[in-house]
Amino acid sequence: MTAKSKVVALEHVVIRFSGDSGDGMQLTGNLFSDSTAFAGNDFATFPDYPAEIRPPQGTVAGVSGFQVHFGHKPVHTTGDLCDVLVAMNPASIKANMRWLRPGTIIIFDSDSVTEKALEKAGYADDPTVDGTLADYQVVKAPISELTKEALKDFGMDNKSMLKSKNMFALGIVMYLFNRELDTVYKYFETKFKGKDQVIKANRTVLDAGYHYADTWELFTNTYRVEAADLEKGKYRNITGNTAAAWGLMAASEKSGRPLFLGSYPITPATDILAELTKYKNLNVKAYQAEDEIAGIMSSIGAAYTGCMAVTTTSGPGLSLKSEAMGLAVMTELPLVIIDVQRGGPSTGLPTKMEQSDLLQALYGRNGDAPLVVIAARSSAGCFYTAYEAARIAMEHMTPVIMLSDGSLGNGSEVFRIPKMADLPSITPPLAKADDPNYMPYRRDEKWLRREWAIPGTPGLRHRVGGLEKENGKGNLSTNPENHQIMTELREEKINRVANDIPLQEIYGDKNADLLVVSWGGTFGTVRTAVEGLMEEGKSIAHAHFDYIMPLPRNTEEVLQGHKKIVVCEINRGQFAKYLRMNFPEYKCEQFNKVMGLPFTIGELEAKFNDLLK
Amino acid sequence: MENQNIEQEVMLTKEDFASDQVVKWCPGCGDHAILKAVQDIFPKLGKKKEDIVVVSGIGCSSRFPYYMNTYGFHSIHGRAAAAATGVKLANPNLSVWMITGDGDCTAIGGNHFIHACRRNIDINLILFNNRIYGMTKGQFSPCTFRGTKTKTSPQGTYEDPFNPGELAIGAKATFFARGVDINPKELSEIFWESYKHDGIAVTEVLQNCMIFSNGVHENITGKDVRDDMQVKCVHGQPLIFGKNRDKGIRLNGNQLEVVKIGENGITEKDILVHDKTTEDTGIHMMLAHMMPPHFPVAIGVIRDVKAPTFNDSLVQVIENEKANSKIKCMDDLLNSGSTWTID
Repeated sequence: MTAKSKVVALEHVVIRFSGDSGDGMQLTGNLFSDSTAFAGNDFATFPDYPAEIRPPQGTVAGVSGFQVHFGHKPVHTTGDLCDVLVAMNPASIKANMRWLRPGTIIIFDSDSVTEKALEKAGYADDPTVDGTLADYQVVKAPISELTKEALKDFGMDNKSMLKSKNMFALGIVMYLFNRELDTVYKYFETKFKGKDQVIKANRTVLDAGYHYADTWELFTNTYRVEAADLEKGKYRNITGNTAAAWGLMAASEKSGRPLFLGSYPITPATDILAELTKYKNLNVKAYQAEDEIAGIMSSIGAAYTGCMAVTTTSGPGLSLKSEAMGLAVMTELPLVIIDVQRGGPSTGLPTKMEQSDLLQALYGRNGDAPLVVIAARSSAGCFYTAYEAARIAMEHMTPVIMLSDGSLGNGSEVFRIPKMADLPSITPPLAKADDPNYMPYRRDEKWLRREWAIPGTPGLRHRVGGLEKENGKGNLSTNPENHQIMTELREEKINRVANDIPLQEIYGDKNADLLVVSWGGTFGTVRTAVEGLMEEGKSIAHAHFDYIMPLPRNTEEVLQGHKKIVVCEINRGQFAKYLRMNFPEYKCEQFNKVMGLPFTIGELEAKFNDLLK
Repeated sequence: MENQNIEQEVMLTKEDFASDQVVKWCPGCGDHAILKAVQDIFPKLGKKKEDIVVVSGIGCSSRFPYYMNTYGFHSIHGRAAAAATGVKLANPNLSVWMITGDGDCTAIGGNHFIHACRRNIDINLILFNNRIYGMTKGQFSPCTFRGTKTKTSPQGTYEDPFNPGELAIGAKATFFARGVDINPKELSEIFWESYKHDGIAVTEVLQNCMIFSNGVHENITGKDVRDDMQVKCVHGQPLIFGKNRDKGIRLNGNQLEVVKIGENGITEKDILVHDKTTEDTGIHMMLAHMMPPHFPVAIGVIRDVKAPTFNDSLVQVIENEKANSKIKCMDDLLNSGSTWTID
């Protein structure tokens, strides 16, 4: 590497690749991520594509983005404000103004500026000249023309040549971050195996971009992010939805109960269904049902028949599944329900994240119908949350709702590959064949769970269903005292799960002036903001809840001893309400945002500083 | 494939299949006879008691599983087909019987019903059709005839009913049969055929509700009319009926008609011979459609055709994938594809 410019070391960097839907930004971002993995950084990525399949070309609605956040220190988020924006057309600048900070480097294809393109983007004038971008470092490069120039001897038509312009842009970024090009070459060789001309063309454009940045001294500095101090081991990059699917499969293998998924496509949860349909080789029965209700009902049928049963959905689907969830509560069968939350109510914002299904998950059923609710905190963490949901469901004979969200589901993170042998055991309470004393609603004293008596097993024939059952025997019962007993037992059974989950952790001083409370997918941003203020010496601590129903048994201790408590969530204060209901003596302030977007670190820091005044 | 998996001859009696629960249907309800017919045939299936699951929805008929000494699942309104599908996919060796009513199956459960038919999932679906909502005390159902006065149609309904047979066959069901509650022996025979059939087997039972639709099938099942108003479909036999066995169903052009043997030169040879196995749905649809007063009702197995079942297909795909994949366990999968090591 013969970098003429000075190499500056950075702790972490956010790059957003942005272009028209057809510009190949997802691939560009993924290839950069691969080189990031190779460089040993910790990283997280987030694809941000339009809800429409083929939105109008060149418009803001048609902008497709891919963000990579990588660092020398642990990376908790997919990043908010970006350090580098690669913009392949004017609309990509327009769409991303919100994500720029003063000084952001904008690498822009200056060939994309035409009157039509500006008009489509909603610009009266070229934003790179009229002062719109005065706060940023705009690096204009004639990417389209130079791509064509690089390929002029390949005998390709104009359109085909321009398809490679994303590789030119990638070359520039690779130079900017002092990256080796080998990982990208390797990708070309695998992807286009046997098509030497295609491999050569892509390499040529990538090299051209790299050398152009070097020769023309586009940047005063280049950057290097040193390898992160990651734990030894084998790693892979994984999205939240894939991680959830794999966590379920791991739990199935560990428990010995075959995995059954009954599901129906819904954004942003569909990828879990799609992922699980691939693994019939591992005996996964993934069933695409005719609707959301059939999804959960087939799963309940499979749970009754001894499968580790799962249904996956998003908010509107969770509403449709309500009655069936009540049936799972009543029949006390293990069932995992994954809700990858999106903006609501109704159809809402299908492709945007929100945390507003919490109260629905907790209470959205007829009758007193308690079940376990846990939440995933990160994309890679979805593996363990799904595993844990399945463990609790099977060991406690109860439905468990796992809350994820669109950002976690679609975002990806570095995932340290676990060994199956190291994962906790899962031992469901299977009824013994021909047990002469078997009764469908006989419970063990410790956990109050009933046994799992699976059709096909001799001597355990029994009937269950949605009608109230006599405790123990399980016959139909409308006896008033029995209903009281059963309702209380169902509640107590869930409460006792608290004895089978970890205590709530508090990050920082347990008597800090300000306790920041969060749950679910906001973990990364909230933790990063808290860490920032801690480094400044502020009296601040963070409690992030993974277990929501039941709450960890030391929750009250965690809330004690602070001047202020603030609950941060992407809804209008649902967890705050829940905490107030359970612990009315503690005053919980709220910090909420419902824009279909995650918190930014900056806005959290501002809020916390304000509360600390 | 359930009937090919009999591991041993199981000697059971009908008492073996009666649970210890008191049957709480109204005295005289048609459901009793259907229960008897099912308990009669189950010992003959050659299936062990623990390998049979009875699944139901909501309604009077859906209390059925509680009266059977098998595994049983009483689900929620309309969703039995979805639950039964889950049971069958989870363990294809089980013989799955689904009990539903005209409200449960063709109103709230209509979607699950048509998709269970289309997929050809191997379950035995018994639809009790009394043309009324009984358990909620007498509202019209999607199978109530136009003009019927009920609690929620005091002026008479102003909509036309479904014919479950047309619905099932239209939704690609590979088996459709019809029986009447007052003839449990015939029902047992139909249930045996249903059991033998691989794939969805829909049996509509014309069942009388003493309380809310009493006599609704009287024009078909009444002693005086039944011979003239029922035509028994026997595979390979001409569709002859009537007290004097002198009436028959003839295919005239593209329509069915009732003809009298011996009149206008019509002989037995002119009568349509029933073929339950023909793939074309045309004649089966017309047979299912026949209703009084101009036609007798077709009783027996109207359609019984072969097609791949959903459960067998799934098993096959799983076996193929297992045989062809290098990934045999989760450790293999976790370490597959693009990974990197930090040491």
